[in-house]
Amino acid sequence: MHEMSIALNIIDIVSSQARAEQAQKINQIELEIGELAGIMIDSLEFCFEAASKNTLADGASLSIIRIPGKGICHHCHNEIDVDNFITVCPNCGGFGVEITQGKELKIRSINID
Amino acid sequence: MCDTCGCGQPGDPVTIRKPGQENITHNHDHPHPHSHDHTHESEPSHDHGRTLRVEQDILLKNNLLAERNRGYFEAKKIFALNLVSSPGSGKTTLLERTIATLKQEFPIAVIEGDQQSLRDADRIEKTGVPVVQINTGTGCHLDADMINRAVHELDPKDQSLLFIENVGNLVCPALFELGEAHKIVIISVTEGDDKPQKYPTMFSVADICIINKTDLLPYVDFDLEACKQNASQVNSHLQFFDLSAKTGEGLDQWFEWIRKQVKPS
Repeated sequence: MHEMSIALNIIDIVSSQARAEQAQKINQIELEIGELAGIMIDSLEFCFEAASKNTLADGASLSIIRIPGKGICHHCHNEIDVDNFITVCPNCGGFGVEITQGKELKIRSINID
Repeated sequence: MCDTCGCGQPGDPVTIRKPGQENITHNHDHPHPHSHDHTHESEPSHDHGRTLRVEQDILLKNNLLAERNRGYFEAKKIFALNLVSSPGSGKTTLLERTIATLKQEFPIAVIEGDQQSLRDADRIEKTGVPVVQINTGTGCHLDADMINRAVHELDPKDQSLLFIENVGNLVCPALFELGEAHKIVIISVTEGDDKPQKYPTMFSVADICIINKTDLLPYVDFDLEACKQNASQVNSHLQFFDLSAKTGEGLDQWFEWIRKQVKPS
């Protein structure tokens, strides 16, 4: 259930940004979450709703942008799509990929009133 | 904000203690006034309000603290290892054996992580090395802040070996950097050789994979080579140690690796 820690981190960051802008309310939080980041979106949404009660983020919607996994094959050095950690290179059939994209865990923007 | 369950009540559920220190527990009541049958409607449009670019890593705070820990370890030449595994893989037994052999050669200290109890810290204390126990309450992983506080309490010596035994969990600790030199994932032969395929995230972030309880290989359907192949498919850089912390088989190679890391020649 590390999604609770992630939700609490999100609330901390957006609340301090919103306070600095003297906002009354956070309407929406735009997140970038990589397909390989190890986060269950349903669980994160559930935790966020519970943890944001009585904070500036209470009632805010989460707009989640999934970032697809990409990597470089260790063998043929081509860029390939990676949808899990056990990807076989479609070009050379080799195992072993350097992940270059898909582990993102980032707050892109917030919408405030 | 309660960090364990996210309820609105104040309180720090994490306790950090040495063996023999008073038990402090996280036991406030948790009413659940919210309904669990919520639905997530489609995105409302925001034609009102202002949009601010944030562009911040969600785990930035933890990662910065981990870097601070790492800097402290490097300055004091402390070699820190983060041991992660499912519950029951034999982490504590491996530590007991390792400490018994290596404590004559360099100082060793241990941070134990569990949800509850001082049981592991009590076991380590019997080996004669300093130990602190972090109890995470219901938390599923250690984070860099807990390590920072535990190290403050432990005050490990310069040029020592620091073992951090994470909460038994093959999922969550993968995401939280502690400032360690290496993550070491431990599996035991009673768990199944497909574990790397089932929990690839942890195997992808580890540098070392220890396969423990090899004395039980004749009695279980565990294919050692298949397991290593599965793990290497997730992470081709993984280095393996097959051993039995109980019988001592294979421990020499593990000890030799540690010696080289702590006292690089």
